[in-house]
Amino acid sequence: MHDRRDHHPAVVRVCHWTIALALAVVIPSGLEVFAAFPSFGDKIPQIDLIVPPSALRLGGWLGGALQWHVTFAWLLTMAMASYIGYQAITRNGRQVLFVTRDIGGVCPMVRHYLFLGPKPAIAEIYNPLQKMAYSAVVLLALLGILTGFALYKPVHLSWLVDAMGGFRMVRVWHFAATCGVLAFIPGHLVMVALHGWRNFASMWTGSHEAHGKE
Amino acid sequence: MLPLASAALLINPAWRRDAIEGGLALSDAASSILFNGSRLAPVFSDRDVTAFERYPLNSYLTHDPEIDLAEWRLEVSGLVRNSGAFTLDDIRALPRVRQNTRHICIEGWDVIGSFGGVRLRDVLMAIGVDQHARFVEFGCADDYYESIDMAAARHPQSLLCDEMYGRPLTREHGAPLRLVLPTKLGYKQAKYLTSLRVTNVLGPKRGYWVDLGYSWHGGL
Repeated sequence: MHDRRDHHPAVVRVCHWTIALALAVVIPSGLEVFAAFPSFGDKIPQIDLIVPPSALRLGGWLGGALQWHVTFAWLLTMAMASYIGYQAITRNGRQVLFVTRDIGGVCPMVRHYLFLGPKPAIAEIYNPLQKMAYSAVVLLALLGILTGFALYKPVHLSWLVDAMGGFRMVRVWHFAATCGVLAFIPGHLVMVALHGWRNFASMWTGSHEAHGKE
Repeated sequence: MLPLASAALLINPAWRRDAIEGGLALSDAASSILFNGSRLAPVFSDRDVTAFERYPLNSYLTHDPEIDLAEWRLEVSGLVRNSGAFTLDDIRALPRVRQNTRHICIEGWDVIGSFGGVRLRDVLMAIGVDQHARFVEFGCADDYYESIDMAAARHPQSLLCDEMYGRPLTREHGAPLRLVLPTKLGYKQAKYLTSLRVTNVLGPKRGYWVDLGYSWHGGL
């Protein structure tokens, strides 16, 4: 039973919820920052793309939003670094790492979820679609962090800004990474809801087992 | 558990304010330590410069604080050997610099401007700055104020600027003298300068926007 009890190691659980909290702050505060100049083009003339609704923003004004954004960006960076470091060193991350042999399994899994096909036989803890989603969201969060640092220090990280196509393109990439993470969240929540309470609780307790076992 | 503890921290408004202001202060401290004074901001050719008419104007109270340019002086005080009032000609006697650099606003927009003036570090040398002093405070004719760290003040691209686009500063761009700091955000680059004070201790007035909640370091 050892592998089931250790389904989610403590480091992974702490990182998961820290990252969830940090995202719940950096995304709404980021929308407030974006509202100050909702464009990727010139200041004069300014062509606004989309002004985020105030109900989705956090911070009240640009300065308040940046306090939230910077503080929780550090929390997000530290949690992501801990997560990736732990998953790489213990090799625990292999179970969610999307690799070339998973590619063929993605479409059958999508068909199954859309009620268009039978449930594929799954040899591993996570199916190919899950592995793709988990690997992609980690990469997107990394892109968000990297572009965030480039926007915060564009002079010191001018090589990074140049590599990503210039200052304005870094803002575009930062926004795209956010959209990607946002696209992951509803699907993730639906799958968690479909898999029941014990699966959800395991991200807190670590175990799929019933409570009370020593 | 750590995530629950950090979430709980946010429920109390006073803790919440301490947490996010503390986070910004920590980030500023890291910015000061990691600032590399010999790292130059990118410079651009004349072709890449934003047209003068499309260089945005941001003011605090007014586009024109109605400075009498003939009577204008820069009041220099604090930890310097030669305090007193300096005329524009005194400042213009220093070696001149022209540079095309990016101006980044905290709002997210950027423009490339053409700036002329003298290096702030040459000014500091001329006024006999205390070699161990830590900060430079600036006062402005429109009551705006700012303060910067000595590392940024000594940066080779930090200017006291009296020309934009090859012509004397216009009133709405900060005549007769403004700060140009390519290693800092726009709100640090005060216009209509009237005073310069060198100090080791920053007072409660660190910068107009800074006192409202922006980062004090504001470094890029």
